[in-house]
Amino acid sequence: MTADALAVAGAVPDPEIPAVTLADLGIVRGLRPRADGGTDVALTPTYTGCPATLAIELMVRRALDDAGLRAVGIRTELSPPWTTDWITAEGHAKLHAYGIAPPGKAETATCPHCGSTDTAEVSRFGSTPCKALWQCRACAEPFDRFKCH
Amino acid sequence: MATDDLRPARMVQAMRLGDDSLILGQRLSAWCGHAPTLEIDLALANIALDLVGQATLLLGYAGELEGAGRNADRLAFHRDVRDFRNCLLVEQPNGDFARTIARQFLFSAWQLPLFQALARSPDPRMAEIAAKAVKEVGYHVEFAGDWVVRLGDGTEDSRRRMAEGLAWCWRTTGELFAADGMQRTLATAGEAPDPAPIRAAWDARVDAVLSDAGLDRPAGTDAVRGGRDGLHGEHLGHLLAEMQVLPRTHPDATW
Repeated sequence: MTADALAVAGAVPDPEIPAVTLADLGIVRGLRPRADGGTDVALTPTYTGCPATLAIELMVRRALDDAGLRAVGIRTELSPPWTTDWITAEGHAKLHAYGIAPPGKAETATCPHCGSTDTAEVSRFGSTPCKALWQCRACAEPFDRFKCH
Repeated sequence: MATDDLRPARMVQAMRLGDDSLILGQRLSAWCGHAPTLEIDLALANIALDLVGQATLLLGYAGELEGAGRNADRLAFHRDVRDFRNCLLVEQPNGDFARTIARQFLFSAWQLPLFQALARSPDPRMAEIAAKAVKEVGYHVEFAGDWVVRLGDGTEDSRRRMAEGLAWCWRTTGELFAADGMQRTLATAGEAPDPAPIRAAWDARVDAVLSDAGLDRPAGTDAVRGGRDGLHGEHLGHLLAEMQVLPRTHPDATW
């Protein structure tokens, strides 16, 4: 049953970027035993002030309840701090297909629209705390890039 | 010293740092929809969000240490001005964009080395909060530093405004590095960094950015202080009135 809880929580879509799941983003950290013998799902926030944190908790709660896992609790873990390295390979592919350049160490991002690497950062801060605003010089389209964090 | 003996000092530290983040986050939020360009609007709103997130964690921890049943919301919305422990720098009015950038740069250049040090604190809660926040503070100081250079190295008007903004904020910066009884208690236990190396890191960054911007270090005093003891300027009361009016008018309301 507890393995189910991990799968149920991990399958919840991210409220800001519904193309990826919480498991893809590495937000679901695992199952933790409680002192009373029960189990908690451990979640970690991406950015400290991410307004989606509460929405994510509510969505996981509802998903667990709908799966008949009312006894499973939810806890927030800050440490170790979330990093974009925890986004899975599948998550990277889904982000790209959705039109968001996945995080990478490269100086330039690959344009999710035309695939060119002739791109430049427009603004370090974008539409959500986790994304920067970029533009492609080849097709001139603006796009979001997940910030390395 | 036993952990229980450190509790009051830990509580004061968490409250001071939480109030810094809360008040600066509230100040920056006032730019939303008013910034010079859309990109800056997004940047300031994002930084405000990070700071309010820090405040939620730090004030939540302060409330736990206090043990009187006050959570982060209670501390943010139901304290009077004399009970706030933020530094005077963060409560300075936004002024023009240059003054807001000066305030942000001088603050973030202090918060970065401070949080880097606190991330190694033997107090596990403070360490994990600082380790989480420090990644974002790196962005803040780069953003603000870039703008100090662009405005300082820009037009005659932008240069004059940047210099004026720095001079205005400079008066309160000495307070960031002042040590008092609480800080010495925590420093002795290795839970608060010695202000001297924080000051050295701050000086180095400030000097490097001002040099790139072609600006001089402000010459006036940096000794205006009082925020850590609850002695604030008149501006903080106005900020709190706006921030607190709803929860104070409807204290029993729930979402």
